[in-house]
Amino acid sequence: MNKSDTSTLAPQPGLPTPAASWHDRKGLVQIGLLAVLLLAPLAAYFLGHIYYVNLASRITLIAMAAVGLNLAIGYGGMVSFGHAAYFGLGGYIAGISAYHAFDFTPVIGWPLTVPGSDSMLAIWLAAIVLCGLLALAIGAISLRTTGVYFIMITLAFAQMMYYFANSWPTYGGEDGLPIFLRNSLPLVDTNDALTFFLICFGGLVLSLALTARIMKSRFGAALTMARLNDTRLATAGIAPYPVRLVAFVISAMITGLAGALYADLNGFVSPTMLSWHMSGELMVIVILGGVGRLYGPLAGALLFVMMEMLLGGLTEYWQLFLGLVLLFVVLFAKHGVMGWLAGRERHD
Amino acid sequence: MTDAVLSLANLNKRFGALQATRDVSLDLRPNEIHALIGPNGAGKSTLIGQIAGGIKPDSGSIALTGRDITALSVAQRARLGLGRSFQVSSLAEPLSVKRNVMIAVQALQGHSFRFWKPVHRDESLLAPALEALERMQLLHRADTPVAELSHGERRQVEVACALALKPRALLLDEPMAGLGPEGTARLTELLEALKHEVPILLIEHDMDAVFRLADRISVLVAGSVIAHGDSAAIRANPQVREAYLGD
Ligand SMILES: Nc1ncnc2c1ncn2[C@@H]1O[C@H](COP(=O)(O)OP(=O)(O)O)[C@@H](O)[C@H]1O
Ligand SMILES: [Mg+2]
Repeated sequence: MNKSDTSTLAPQPGLPTPAASWHDRKGLVQIGLLAVLLLAPLAAYFLGHIYYVNLASRITLIAMAAVGLNLAIGYGGMVSFGHAAYFGLGGYIAGISAYHAFDFTPVIGWPLTVPGSDSMLAIWLAAIVLCGLLALAIGAISLRTTGVYFIMITLAFAQMMYYFANSWPTYGGEDGLPIFLRNSLPLVDTNDALTFFLICFGGLVLSLALTARIMKSRFGAALTMARLNDTRLATAGIAPYPVRLVAFVISAMITGLAGALYADLNGFVSPTMLSWHMSGELMVIVILGGVGRLYGPLAGALLFVMMEMLLGGLTEYWQLFLGLVLLFVVLFAKHGVMGWLAGRERHD
Repeated sequence: MTDAVLSLANLNKRFGALQATRDVSLDLRPNEIHALIGPNGAGKSTLIGQIAGGIKPDSGSIALTGRDITALSVAQRARLGLGRSFQVSSLAEPLSVKRNVMIAVQALQGHSFRFWKPVHRDESLLAPALEALERMQLLHRADTPVAELSHGERRQVEVACALALKPRALLLDEPMAGLGPEGTARLTELLEALKHEVPILLIEHDMDAVFRLADRISVLVAGSVIAHGDSAAIRANPQVREAYLGD
């Protein structure tokens, strides 16, 4: 009956407490995380270490994708193992649009002509809309199931996308699709590493603010109840299914937008972005950071990429250590990095 | 038919070999408390489940204010005015009492796809929730997480949630259990006053409360209604005495 038991991973996160203030520890941790993420690449840029600016962009975008996933897993109790579908679709939209803009060929020629575009604004809009539609279709079917079935069916849909991209030669198949010129925005130079980082940072901050706002709203209250006790929600007269579905769609839109930016960051999109490794990585980041914690995905992404960089430099088997850390979090620190840094979530 | 608020016609429900509901027909009229009594396992909660929509009957029909609701979902029935409390309370444990009730108020207002305005300090949600809690004399617990409440208090929160829906019919599954004598007396008084606002189908084991409150009583044994009438008739019914009142 109670579908929330799919999220036993989740330490029962609830409504985010009212706006983080300067005075409480959680607020300080949140501001600290954002400050580190913003100031480190600024310093690196002015010291001439472009590599680190791009690394910060990568952390930012993975965090943003995980913010999307956290809305589904953490706040909605929907353990999606297929968010790479949206991350990758966003990436392919950026890639395909740029490819046709470069070639002066239409993306679609019939029944109506859709030209390629190297405008980020157009690409973002397309990524948000199409990822939303894809999630509407996948969610409408997947949300009829719960528990392990939900995990498996979301994985299955993402794998379908993965194999489809792999076998579609027009857009590079398994070799992927390069983006020769980074897509553009009016007034700014997106090729500048710092400018591009600031765009990504803006995207992350917006998605965090949106999540916080949504979770404080009536919709957020309904979604929280759908996760904690969907029988109670239905008994009150609110059907849980549409509430979950809408949250799933918003979640995919955020992850998809992050994916579009991620392809532009790398100048490349390939089926890897759609693979189950990618879904798993996002899930691991959400769990590391703290399921259902607003800033959990950022904390998780920082930790994940740091570990990958530091341990990955020492040993090929760095994922073994990642596994150990994950095991530790799941067994001993269920509230993740944010639970450890900022204390447990309170409810009002 | 009659002017019944709620009427069940020939309901049947089987769990495998077990017939939990056997050809049950009964109704709930305005301004009354209709008590449903019977031994444990008689099928009382199963019947409430079928009325509220969580359990689908194998056959038979259910009508609320003349409208057939047999095919409707739990949420649709709640929106039409069916409020209920569970025998084993079903609330969001980590959330405060007031949050649990506010969801009902939100549902009543019908605006759950609003994404922007914060709910904390939304007076239009808070005020009716606190009012419902006050009626249940639970106002002092409004900010307490449900997880910290006693079993009796949880039952009362559920009744408050149901009241906040401004229901047209109320289904209460053993609301007095775990309350203690003082709490039972208070709730008895409350229900007595409430029945003129909303008729109540009451499942209860406390016979003093039942005989005091009920305008009519139906006795359920092994899924069937074996007797039906007012307090005096039920008290005097030899079949009931044997099957249920235990002498
Ligand atoms: N979901 C179910 N599956 C199988 N048997 C059930 C189910 N729900 C209730 N029962 C059985 O149906 C009978 C009636 O249960 P219930 O309605 O809870 O009785 P009461 O509320 O009168 O004590 C019991 O024998 C119970 O074990
Ligand atoms: Mg029962």
